[in-house]
Amino acid sequence: MNPLDTLQGTVISGLILAVVLAYVATQLVGG
Amino acid sequence: MEIAIFARWLHVVGGVMWIGLLYYFNFVQVPALAQAGAEANSGGPGGAAITKYVAPRALFWFRYAALLTWLTGAYYLAVGPMNYTLHGSFTLGLMLPEPNPGVTYIGFGAWLGTIMLLNVWGLIWPNQKKILGIVPATDEQKAKARRVAFLASRTNTVLSIPMLMFMQAGSHGLPFFG
Repeated sequence: MNPLDTLQGTVISGLILAVVLAYVATQLVGG
Repeated sequence: MEIAIFARWLHVVGGVMWIGLLYYFNFVQVPALAQAGAEANSGGPGGAAITKYVAPRALFWFRYAALLTWLTGAYYLAVGPMNYTLHGSFTLGLMLPEPNPGVTYIGFGAWLGTIMLLNVWGLIWPNQKKILGIVPATDEQKAKARRVAFLASRTNTVLSIPMLMFMQAGSHGLPFFG
């Protein structure tokens, strides 16, 4: 099932992506 | 008035309208139309009025707010007072002589916003034109357009969450790993 088919799956996907990208960004700036 | 600051203000106003309407589509209109369609055969009013009167107006403000938001954001990055150069931001600060978290963070936000703008004008709007009957399409083409527009809209909702995080991170920090 595609998580984007439900609102819960969509929001959770966004939150997971936010955490992943925040980690990548802090690594790029030497955090 | 400093024109770059004016552009930033417009960027926020446009962004609120854009993302507000994005959330309206995803959290309100799509579920409402699904329920209206399911209840149409049992005496419900159906979703025709929403499709005819609400959706086209919402889509008009949605796509032009998206364009205004991107243009004013790009202008601010290019000429604004925060050392957020357009090139520096879109290269995530990697081309700078030393790390600058603000440039890297706004660069992530700028990339996410750019992908979202391309989704609006390249996927959502062309497919919505088929769905709403603005351009001719067979039932099969409309069904496919509905799925593509839906997934593009849901993708933008996903991307909006980290995008809004990064838009604030330059001034207020990241909520994780900061």
